[in-house]
Amino acid sequence: MKTTIENPVEEMDKTEKKPIKKMMLILSKATIDNVYACFILANGARMEGIESEIFFTFFGLEAIQKKKLEHLHVATVGNPAMHMPTMLGGLPGMEAFATKMMKSEMEKLDIPPVGEFLEILSASGTKLWACKLAMDMFHLGEDKLIDDLDGVLTVGDFYNRAQGDGTHLLFI
Amino acid sequence: MEKTYAGKTVNISEQGYLTNLDQWDKNIGLEIAKEEDVQMTDRHWEVIEYLQDQYRKEVPLSIRKVGKSGVVSIKEFYQLFPKGPLKISSRISGIPKPVSCI
Repeated sequence: MKTTIENPVEEMDKTEKKPIKKMMLILSKATIDNVYACFILANGARMEGIESEIFFTFFGLEAIQKKKLEHLHVATVGNPAMHMPTMLGGLPGMEAFATKMMKSEMEKLDIPPVGEFLEILSASGTKLWACKLAMDMFHLGEDKLIDDLDGVLTVGDFYNRAQGDGTHLLFI
Repeated sequence: MEKTYAGKTVNISEQGYLTNLDQWDKNIGLEIAKEEDVQMTDRHWEVIEYLQDQYRKEVPLSIRKVGKSGVVSIKEFYQLFPKGPLKISSRISGIPKPVSCI
């Protein structure tokens, strides 16, 4: 039987440090907070010299659709962090208002809009992939997606790219 | 902490960034670049000069700002300092480690 480690932090220090070499992010949602979390993680990796790739699947595809990417919203309904009654969050214009507030705060912090952020990611060497299955499901052609897209992949293709030591996968 | 670069003793932070830009000179920058495996070219120095200038003007730095500066594109910035553009160029410039996530 395994005994309980008395001091996990100390135990951790003894193990060999293995630096992260590659971050593989899967974005499956299109609310603006999720999209930014994904972009900031991918960009932050590149800034540290770590490779990064994003796999856009399901609603995450909205973030790379030319016509939709600048119109993503924060969710005001079913989001307890908004601290407003669900009924109120559902009122017309509420989402747009909350999104506008959020975007103006982000601009103050020098966080770019979605389109510009994608350009920065692409220039930094982050690979941007669209999920084939999700594209078929939404009847989306590649022409609807951003020009900076690196290609369309299946899950298997994406996993193949995750080979090697120090690769981490993250689902958002 | 203190460290000697190019025969000059300078104050550095725990992470190896100069704490006083006035102590910096080009030879110190060159030695730090060597530590970071960067072969300095004229393009590298142009970026370094820009960063120091921005720091003296107290402008917080980010990849986005550097990309918009007209000095270097984001793509080239990554090519010049592949192991972490803002972080490594700041260290060579003798300015503090940038705190930006962008």
